[in-house]
Amino acid sequence: MASLLSTREVSAVELTQAHLDRTAAVDGAVHSYLHVDQVGALAQAEAVDRARAAGEDLHVLAGVPVAVKDVMTTRGLPTTCGSRVLEGWIPPYDATLVTKLREAGMPILGKTNMDEFAMGSSTEHSAYGPSHNPWDLERIPGGSGGGSSSVVASFQAPLAIGTDTGGSIRQPAAVTGTVGTKPTYGGVSRYGLVALASSLDQAGPCARTVLDTALLHAVIGGHDPRDSTSIDAPVPPVVEAARRADVSGMTLGIVKQLGGEGYQPGVRARFDEAVQLLVDRGAKVVEVDCPSFDYALAAYYLILPSEASSNLAKFDAMRYGLRVGPSGVDAPSAEQVMAASREAGFGDEVKRRIILGTYALSSGYYDAYYGQAQKVRRLIADDFAKAYETADVLLSPTAPTTAFKIGEKLDDPLAMYLNDVATIPANLAGVPGMSVPSGLADEDGLPTGLQILAPATADERLYTVGAALESALHERWGGPLLAKAPELKES
Amino acid sequence: MALSRDDVAHLASLARIELGEAELDRMLGELSVILDSVAKVQQAPTEGVEPMSHPMPLTNVTRPDEVRPGLSAPEALSGAPEQEQQRFLVPRILDEE
Repeated sequence: MASLLSTREVSAVELTQAHLDRTAAVDGAVHSYLHVDQVGALAQAEAVDRARAAGEDLHVLAGVPVAVKDVMTTRGLPTTCGSRVLEGWIPPYDATLVTKLREAGMPILGKTNMDEFAMGSSTEHSAYGPSHNPWDLERIPGGSGGGSSSVVASFQAPLAIGTDTGGSIRQPAAVTGTVGTKPTYGGVSRYGLVALASSLDQAGPCARTVLDTALLHAVIGGHDPRDSTSIDAPVPPVVEAARRADVSGMTLGIVKQLGGEGYQPGVRARFDEAVQLLVDRGAKVVEVDCPSFDYALAAYYLILPSEASSNLAKFDAMRYGLRVGPSGVDAPSAEQVMAASREAGFGDEVKRRIILGTYALSSGYYDAYYGQAQKVRRLIADDFAKAYETADVLLSPTAPTTAFKIGEKLDDPLAMYLNDVATIPANLAGVPGMSVPSGLADEDGLPTGLQILAPATADERLYTVGAALESALHERWGGPLLAKAPELKES
Repeated sequence: MALSRDDVAHLASLARIELGEAELDRMLGELSVILDSVAKVQQAPTEGVEPMSHPMPLTNVTRPDEVRPGLSAPEALSGAPEQEQQRFLVPRILDEE
């Protein structure tokens, strides 16, 4: 698309309008978007076309439209985080990464659906209804970034932004046959991102190919003085790495703990074949032992709710967001209004995690739960450090299963939590990860993903390996995996 | 450690969430199952291990103490549920007595 734009075979307005038309035709079935900004996107596209006509030097992605997960603040455009608490809220400022997209001349098509405050693995916890998987509309598109994965998989946007706290970019990518990267913690600014768990959250790119993902990564990455945890170093050379795509001489570590019990046979089979393709291209394989990963899920589900209970305290019905009074009380107090508003505005999963976090942080239980979870976090980081002594990158299936049916796990939080078992260790340790399509499972014909993990700040290794695998698989399939997806009926 | 219904009600009040009776019962069941599962962290071999609160070593970051433009008053108040005289209007915060 970028090259068609630069040679002026297609205009930014035409490209943006084509995606808006596609959305009008299929989003009734997929429900990827919470808000579509037709006027704003076309205005930005027109500005790019004028600048190009005037011979201005433009960014390589200028005029390529993008969709943004509804967890990022967008000036003048509603931001709800998938919650009733923020229904109708229009932020007065842009998140840093949104500013970067605008500066690059990328029209923002709209805000994508998500689990409420990014809590979930299926997008069923959105207060505005679930998104659907374009491969099978009865199934989930992953979570919490199911809007961003399905918008890309259904060709409503070429690129999208997601956030990944425990796998919310990588797991949706795996189950929709798309590519998603969680950069190194601190690699992309969190300023303007509505925080879920501040020490785990990381925004990153979603796209249909590894190179597209790299190009978007390069736009949004980099140091931001407004985020005190932002890494003060240049963005790793991800685009060059995606173009290089050469794994000869690299050592791939297969994580012993990620891939055994609980992994669907079809997911495992596609993973093993993919690893073999990389070996055929000159990579060496070793098995790595990360024993502490067995405790990662438990540690994550203590650390995340603890940070979330603190972060979500700001939704107090005083300065913005929903405010409702308690029933049957004249002149209620601020505290009563706060409790009634939070009861009315938060969904079940959010309440569950806030209360769990309140418990884990409470006096008497802090050491047994939160303190212990923080020690496990150290063990996991140590396991990664040791594994990277022998391997350049680590590999595993991204998710243990293909997309499950909408409603199937909604009443069983533990079963839902298990979906992120392979992605969570990277968030606890802050290392970067990517999911690349690895094929279709034999049992159900649905997409499976392969996860690549690299050491902190070595994000470029993800793109080298991801692009090598993608090129080998495209040769085998005779084209991209998404070409095998069923046609969506236009309504 | 088993949770009681009173514990959940107390935690909800600490978290400023007014739970209904049926919701309280459901939450008790779900939280108990989740807590049983996450208690697994207590089996990890963590003797002598330093807790880690953050993935990256953090150092304090400061900037020069210079005035920079921020949000205007109308922008800051743009999402307010109620406002008066360029201020947030909030329910009473003191008891009536």
